[in-house]
Amino acid sequence: MVAHADTRVVHRGGSKINFRAPVITQDSRFLICVSGECIKVFSTSTEECIHHLQGHKELVTGLVLNPSNHLQVFSCSEDGTIRLWDFTDGILIRVTLLHLKTPSTLHSTRVVVEQHVMVKGHTIVFQSVSTDPKCIAFGQGVRMHALTHSLTHSLTHSHTVFGFALGTSGEMAARNAFTCVACHPKDDCIATGHGDGKIRLWRNFNQEKEYTFSTVHWHHSGVNALCFTPEGTNLLSGGLESVLVQWRYGQEGQKDFLPRLGSSIKEIVVSPDGSLFCTSHTDNKITVIKNCTKVSAVIQGLVHGDGVKTALMVDPRTKALVLNGKPGHLQFYSLQRDQQLYNLDIVQQEYINQSNLDQFEVVKAALDSRGSWLATVEQRSAKEVEISLKLWAFDEHTQSFVLNTTISAPHDGPISEICFSPSSQNSTTLVSVSLDGHFKAWQLTQPDPSDGKQSDEEASWSCDFVGDYHSLEPKCCCFSADGSLLAVSFKEVVTVWSPASWDLLTTLSQPPGAIQDLCFGRLSCSKYLLGATDKNLCCWNLLTCSLEWSTALDVSLLLADPLSENVAAFCGAEKTTDLFVFRPSEPRPHFSQQALCTGRVTRAVFAPRDEPLDGCEESSQWLNRSQLYFLTHNMLLTFLTKPEEERLMALSKQVAVLKKHKQEFLHTSCLLFISLFISQFALTLSAIMTLVLSILT
Amino acid sequence: MGEFKVHRVRFFDYMPSAISAMAFNVHTERLAVARADGTVEIYNFADNCFQEKVIPGKDGRTVEALCWAGQRLFSTGLNGEIVEYDLENLRSKYTVEAYGGPVWTISSNSQGTQLAVGCEDGTVKIFELVEDSIQFQSNFDRLKSRVLSLSWHPSGTQIAAGTMDMIRVFNVTTGETCTALLQMMVDRAAGANKKKEVAVWSVVFLSDNTVISGDSAGKVQVWDSQMGTLIRTHLVTKWDVMALAVSRDESSLLAGTSEGSVVQFQFISARLDQPDKEWQRTRTLRSHSHDVRALVHTDTAAVSGGNDAHLVVRPFMEKVVKGSKESAPCKITFPHRSLVSCGKKAGILLFQFPERLEVWRLGESNENGIPGEELSVTKKPEALIHLKRKGDDHICCSTLSPCGGWLAYASASSVRLFQLQYDNDSIALTKVKLPKVLRWANQLCFSADSSRLFASFSQSSVLVFALSKSEAKYVHTLKPKSVSKQAVHLMSTSDDGQWLATANSDCEVHVYNLKKLKYHCTVPVYGSCPSAMAIHPTGSNVVMVHADQKIFEYSLEQKEYTEWSRSLAKKGLHGSWLNRVAPVTHVSFSASNPDYIILHDMNMFCIIDKSLPLPEKDSDLCNQNQLRSMNEAARVKDSHAFKICEMFKNLLCVGLMEDHSLVVVERPLLDIATRLPAPVRQKKFAT
Repeated sequence: MVAHADTRVVHRGGSKINFRAPVITQDSRFLICVSGECIKVFSTSTEECIHHLQGHKELVTGLVLNPSNHLQVFSCSEDGTIRLWDFTDGILIRVTLLHLKTPSTLHSTRVVVEQHVMVKGHTIVFQSVSTDPKCIAFGQGVRMHALTHSLTHSLTHSHTVFGFALGTSGEMAARNAFTCVACHPKDDCIATGHGDGKIRLWRNFNQEKEYTFSTVHWHHSGVNALCFTPEGTNLLSGGLESVLVQWRYGQEGQKDFLPRLGSSIKEIVVSPDGSLFCTSHTDNKITVIKNCTKVSAVIQGLVHGDGVKTALMVDPRTKALVLNGKPGHLQFYSLQRDQQLYNLDIVQQEYINQSNLDQFEVVKAALDSRGSWLATVEQRSAKEVEISLKLWAFDEHTQSFVLNTTISAPHDGPISEICFSPSSQNSTTLVSVSLDGHFKAWQLTQPDPSDGKQSDEEASWSCDFVGDYHSLEPKCCCFSADGSLLAVSFKEVVTVWSPASWDLLTTLSQPPGAIQDLCFGRLSCSKYLLGATDKNLCCWNLLTCSLEWSTALDVSLLLADPLSENVAAFCGAEKTTDLFVFRPSEPRPHFSQQALCTGRVTRAVFAPRDEPLDGCEESSQWLNRSQLYFLTHNMLLTFLTKPEEERLMALSKQVAVLKKHKQEFLHTSCLLFISLFISQFALTLSAIMTLVLSILT
Repeated sequence: MGEFKVHRVRFFDYMPSAISAMAFNVHTERLAVARADGTVEIYNFADNCFQEKVIPGKDGRTVEALCWAGQRLFSTGLNGEIVEYDLENLRSKYTVEAYGGPVWTISSNSQGTQLAVGCEDGTVKIFELVEDSIQFQSNFDRLKSRVLSLSWHPSGTQIAAGTMDMIRVFNVTTGETCTALLQMMVDRAAGANKKKEVAVWSVVFLSDNTVISGDSAGKVQVWDSQMGTLIRTHLVTKWDVMALAVSRDESSLLAGTSEGSVVQFQFISARLDQPDKEWQRTRTLRSHSHDVRALVHTDTAAVSGGNDAHLVVRPFMEKVVKGSKESAPCKITFPHRSLVSCGKKAGILLFQFPERLEVWRLGESNENGIPGEELSVTKKPEALIHLKRKGDDHICCSTLSPCGGWLAYASASSVRLFQLQYDNDSIALTKVKLPKVLRWANQLCFSADSSRLFASFSQSSVLVFALSKSEAKYVHTLKPKSVSKQAVHLMSTSDDGQWLATANSDCEVHVYNLKKLKYHCTVPVYGSCPSAMAIHPTGSNVVMVHADQKIFEYSLEQKEYTEWSRSLAKKGLHGSWLNRVAPVTHVSFSASNPDYIILHDMNMFCIIDKSLPLPEKDSDLCNQNQLRSMNEAARVKDSHAFKICEMFKNLLCVGLMEDHSLVVVERPLLDIATRLPAPVRQKKFAT
């Protein structure tokens, strides 16, 4: 196989903006948050993304404002560098390499480093510290000198470490583990959150054993985030309940709530002037709260729920990616802007935040070719499977989907696939395939005006045909590009039907192995039907009804580009996934990439480009008309061709700046010994449920 | 261990009385606890919280407040009297009328020279302590409403008094309100309770002139007494703050609430480098289901008591060594002495209540079953006698003769003896006159053959009476050769009728020879009070278990500790035996095996087999369940002398009857809890 130097897999959107706590700038105008390998600067008032700070080669693991220049921000990354950015202009100022050689220390110090980034190269290593940055907090400032080189040495001489432990025996111990920590900005008070929902306020740790704590309890499950307001008058806490709780410091009996924030709170940040609160949530969302009471802005990234159950689709109208997001919702996600456009509530039931509770989930969704109809399947598998099929019509007036028909219990078993026929006429057909042994065709029926009823009754969907084949379980279905043929696979057999008359035209089979995926060729290759079993990929010629070719491949996903003849096949090898792009007419792939990414790819989509590329390289020609996006277990990836990359490079001048600074800084970083203001406490939590307090002297 | 037929007795509906007041004497480390029925109990905190003395109550006497003045103990109640207690003879010494209506509170100054009482009519009265009495000294300015709480300034010059809606500080010498001081008006509760006046249930006067108050609106408030200004308010509960207690160094304060929680406040600085300190709310201890009425802050622990009748000792973890015996929280519910006597031969039980006695006959069963099986009862247990006491004084001790034919009880003012005659189903109770010599008794005991009655009297002396048909004749007074004036709390005779042993709260054990009616010897005094004691039926050895869980066996003939006792002392007891909180309350012996010592505390009963080796330090003490699953050889190898059964809980008595069956008297705590009045309503999550 040829290494394709001119295309490269890049991380395109969908990265977690809630991975680390965001940063609010001094003037509260901007919100800076990590997003995979880049850093994003949002406006707190308009929710608009202002800058993408790109430069890190690996995941960005921390952000902190430069205390000596409030227009700059430090970031650190798994690539072992700390970078200083000017976030108003979006340019990189300086790069510092960390002198941490062994991966294990890098791992445990990463979080420390990101907090210590303000001392410019002065690093202190804490041992047996949880790597979660929520487990580290800094108290009020006291002058300190730190040394760079002998890391562990300086630690033992400049720290007094106190350990506070909670009871580790009995039933309580498993639940009262530390989850997060915050330091009071003025008083010597440390707040810790615990797994059982309690918040403890520790005080009086001047001498050993003299410390004391008080406990407040509101959260019913673990406290995920704690934060003091800048003046120390309030303590904010959040957790699974998705309620922001505001405790009065000193009078913890009084508390205020901001409920219904959508989903579980992961981090809480307060702006330096205390006017804005910012909560980041587990559903990849950042909420900006103004004046303690009002949600003023919501920045929503791609929601990775417990798993993407629906196929990836592209909404033809908005060009947005459609997939399930929040429980019971379908999200419309803009690929260009890397931002969620809107959420469509499918289930229309209150989501109850409780484990072991079976709730309705959106499992299948399909859009028709013009984007005027949306079909969704929701399912709850409590004792017996409850399914309902919903059909949504696009309303031009409100510019959103409106529920048209709800069919409860459309099938007796779980639905394995639904698809719309691509016919361009007004009437369209939906086919649903279920494990109960049937497939059903649904059609929009206009109310009959002759039966005397009111004519303002809307058109609704009803069942048109029920098909089966030797009572075998059907698995997948596929319409040909012109909508004249429907292929449904029953175990090893592919049946081809005519949607016009619902006649069984022919059957194809290539045992052994049940068919896992089906796909018709497009354009000039529309006479071919591709089928994937767990071991083979077969291609049938529908004109001759015979097997054209077959090859041994473990295909996890077959995908046809609607704008070209190309078909992409993702093949699951051991732990990694290979990609082959080919035309059904010839079995030789014209693009292949091995070890594309780790993990099995089961969701991908061809998104049509706004304007086709004119790349002439053979290996990247298949990307000219549409772009291939695919979803791994934690991110959305795509291919970047060389022309695109060059165009991007030309746009950003910062690359040159980057290289220049890097040279300079490598020489000076080790020599900078600047005493700086740093906190008196570096408070850390160890994984073994001990709260370690270090006093830097 | 052997198999027993067990009578599991649950019909003794013993009901502990609510704790209404507590006072701690720092110098002697004695805690006085007053209960709602007027009983006053003295616990020795230097000796594992052992209940050393019980002063029985009296009808019509309630105790609202207790206080120590030096070694003297005073109480007041709503009958308007001040009572001083005779701690040697365990009775009230005298009462003084305060002439101010019901007395709500009493407090002594730190020097122990003056007493202040707060009365219903709004007066604060000062009494001076004189030898063997108290003398009225002065009346302060009268307040508008009842005085609910008092606290002396440590210097003894000022008193803070909490009344309805306000706190006033008096100058002790002039009896006037301090000139610089305005009345400190306590805010009423918000909302609907605005019209209801606020009762200041408790005040604490600190040496830095801070007054801290706890009130019925649920607030703990910190006041500057010189300026009369409020410094800080902590809203602790929706209900009442009933009690406050401050530590000796004034760095920690406890507040007990009606919700049953105890809230700790600590006097700490907000920043390490600044000297300014303030009272910060810290821990919340939840050990009670009902109102916490009384609180004591010792140097190492929070002691609380309330309407649920539990006395709870919660050590502060930072003040004690972790894992030591001091660090174990302790909950005392049952008295540390036996309220049950067994008529061993007749199969009857005597239950002692403060106002009555009950005699029950045990049920019978003819079946034999496998261990753990429940046998069906052919004859149900039946109540034979309900005997109401005469007079106002509560019963302090009672006993049943082993044959079941005699019954005796004593109160502070009388001793009564009855003969029981069983005539098939009917039972006849005849009162037997006792000689006038015996006006009261601390302990009563029958000899094994029921021919004699022993009654302990003042100064540890024992009176001996000979019982014949319907007559009791004074025989002799046994006197120890010591100067101790303390009352006897344990008395035991040997089955052969030769020995009588008494133990008093000075930890002395005296032994008398009954054949010669003569003092025999005194067991070497050990530093901890004996909590249970018995004389071996054949070996003439006395076995004593002390409040610190140590076990001694003393040979009366050789007048020295036995070989087994020495080896036990040499090896040391097992750590988990010593760390038990509840003291052993009963020792008995097996008639079938002379090597067995049967003893029990509140949570377990144990048979010590002297023929087996003592447990090793690192072995498991409670290994009965493990042994059962082992094979014969391993069982022999692993078994040790302490055979502990934890099957029965909340034990009041375990006794071995003559037919080799075991009587286990249980009083489940849940039964007690269900008989308590409903606690205040609290919002519980998910209800």
